[in-house]
Amino acid sequence: MDISVDKLIDDVSASLERYIAEKGIDNPSIVGIHTGGVWVAQRLHKNLNIANPLGSLNISFYRDDFTQIGLHPRVTPSELPFEVDGQHLLLVDDVIMSGRTIRAALNELFDYGRPASVTLITLVSLEGRELPVQPDLCGTEMKLDKGTQIKLEGPEPLRLICRESS
Amino acid sequence: MENQQKNIQLNSRGQLRHFLSINGLDREILTEILDTADSFIKVGERSVKNVPLLRGRTVTNLFFEPSTRTRTTFELAAKRLSADVLNLDISTSATSKGESLLDTLRNLEAMGSDLFVVRHAASGAAHFIAEQVTPNVAVVNAGDGRHAHPTQAMLDMLTIRRHRGAFENLKVAIVGDILHSRVARSQITALNILGAAEVRVIAPGTLLPSNLEAFDVKIYNQMSEGLKDADVVIMLRLQLERMKGALIPSEREFYQTYGLTKETLSYAKPDAIVMHPGPINRGVEIASSVADGPQSLILNEVSYGIAVRMAILSMTASGQTQTEGLEE
Repeated sequence: MDISVDKLIDDVSASLERYIAEKGIDNPSIVGIHTGGVWVAQRLHKNLNIANPLGSLNISFYRDDFTQIGLHPRVTPSELPFEVDGQHLLLVDDVIMSGRTIRAALNELFDYGRPASVTLITLVSLEGRELPVQPDLCGTEMKLDKGTQIKLEGPEPLRLICRESS
Repeated sequence: MENQQKNIQLNSRGQLRHFLSINGLDREILTEILDTADSFIKVGERSVKNVPLLRGRTVTNLFFEPSTRTRTTFELAAKRLSADVLNLDISTSATSKGESLLDTLRNLEAMGSDLFVVRHAASGAAHFIAEQVTPNVAVVNAGDGRHAHPTQAMLDMLTIRRHRGAFENLKVAIVGDILHSRVARSQITALNILGAAEVRVIAPGTLLPSNLEAFDVKIYNQMSEGLKDADVVIMLRLQLERMKGALIPSEREFYQTYGLTKETLSYAKPDAIVMHPGPINRGVEIASSVADGPQSLILNEVSYGIAVRMAILSMTASGQTQTEGLEE
């Protein structure tokens, strides 16, 4: 796939910087969703010189498909090294499609506290939403052919891989 | 598949669906339990300690034998997974009115129980129930007779791993009433599977089971030899209520020879950790100065017990799901 992830991240960094200034978001914290979202969040955290430490979220305990597919093995714990109450959060994921991951992530975030705001940033937005959840900022919008899926591989280098879905 | 013999604890994909005994599980599954428990410890540090994994499920604590710690930590674990919890105290329930165990079980299943946590005085009770329950219902052994207490063993393994790291480098000594201890049996098996460098038992001959050769352990009769260079010291409760006949001369004499005091603990490594499954008998197997001392992790074990039981409840519930796991 001929999409440069570095370029996408640079574009998103620039629009995020403008967005933060326009909305007057004060002292935000970045939270990446495991695994791909954390890689993107690390880059944004660095590019935007965010003062607060980077947070990571593992939504395995909040998924809505536990009864169908069960627990994901080897769950890396979520790590939010700041107070969530009253905090402006920039929630980052690599790809959004159905919107279910973001639903789970929001539920988990609210178990840590009541953030002042949550802004959703994704690298890729795919057609196929099943829930009314849209990113505030995204690098690119795409429609996949039936039977294919897209995945961010990393951490170094970051590459978007398109493949047949199993 | 290596083992053609059907292991009732695993589903067709090799995932945990009942948790009855450490026997028959491999290092990978035990490590997965410990890793998952580590994640739940993190959840326990939040202000909201619940996750919605088992929302809408019912966990039934089926306790045929009294227990405080194990039952309450299972209850708390189930509640933190957002399950509904039913506590059945059998001494006041229908079995005392003549209902058979199986009939009680069928009734509870009819009420929609998804998971049974079983404590029973007879060895093999949880296994029997696991064979009888309808598919999609998970059974977890919370202690059966002298046979096994696998969730206790796993919380001990979690304590060791969190405070001492890799098992490969560790000498672990288990001290006291091995004969009556289902905990010791499960601990020894788990330590062997996880690859502990050395597992030792220290006890008078009368408190050692006859089948100990089946386990990979070194046997000692003296604290001074058995505790030498030990990294982990696990004390067991002297189960006086189970002793028929004179297995020990007196509590006092037992304490003098096998009690863990500051003096006997000094045989072990200076930074050795001290564990005990509880309830502790102060002045019988362990001195207060040690139980409350800086090397003691006895109360940490109780908190880890919640996380380990959350891991086992969610993994067994997960192992009951029918379809193949999907990749994200």
